[in-house]
Amino acid sequence: MSQSYNRGLIEDFGRWKEFSAGMWAWIFHKFTGWMLIGYLFTHIAVLSTAIGAAAGDPAAIQQETDVYTTTIQGLESLFIIRVLEVGLLAVAVFHILNGLRLLMVDLGIGLSAQDKSFYASLVLTGIITIASVPTFMDGVTI
Amino acid sequence: MAEQYSSFSRGGTGWLLQRITAAFLIVVLAFHFFQLHFVNHAADVTFAGTQARMENVGYFLTMVLFLIAGAFHGLNGVYNALVNQGLEGTQKKVVLAVLSLAGIALIAQGIWVAVAMAGWT
Repeated sequence: MSQSYNRGLIEDFGRWKEFSAGMWAWIFHKFTGWMLIGYLFTHIAVLSTAIGAAAGDPAAIQQETDVYTTTIQGLESLFIIRVLEVGLLAVAVFHILNGLRLLMVDLGIGLSAQDKSFYASLVLTGIITIASVPTFMDGVTI
Repeated sequence: MAEQYSSFSRGGTGWLLQRITAAFLIVVLAFHFFQLHFVNHAADVTFAGTQARMENVGYFLTMVLFLIAGAFHGLNGVYNALVNQGLEGTQKKVVLAVLSLAGIALIAQGIWVAVAMAGWT
């Protein structure tokens, strides 16, 4: 039988000093989620340059001077964009790993280790993010 | 003690769809990241290269499904987070309507973009 637990109002973020691992996991999941949906809208907006490229001069596509190619390659040449991409990867990896953890919690698997699995999500996110830095920063300078 | 924190009321359709889209997104998002950052470098993306991928009907359908699942998962998550924050009554209905419209607009725009990328316009 499941036990009820009065978590208090987590939404009162002023209580952050009292938060346990599970509450931090919940808050991180929420904030990373907000960032990811914000990014999805931005992503589609940038990719919308494909509409202009497809309607434009086919020769420009061949010469790689169409608006889609120049927009993406222009953005990718910026150091700050690469840093933001690494940040996006960190956010997405944490959201995925913690999401898997939430699925386990939902299924009632390993509940007693839910705090440890949160720390594991953080550590794994850190490792994967650091390991991806060389690939993401390839060919760009400040 | 079973401590559980979730923005979703368990057992509802929203809860179930959030889990189903999550499982799908984990796989396709991982594929997407590898495809466009490790197999093909993002800085080397060209319209011709994008078109070569998008012309493949299987890839096109996967990307469109990816967009629909991502938009639903994200906006359903935002909606539940706001409801959890104490949103109710008219405000709740307005937020649901605004998020639904934003989702429909995002999916419509995304499909238009995918069709343009595939060269089917």
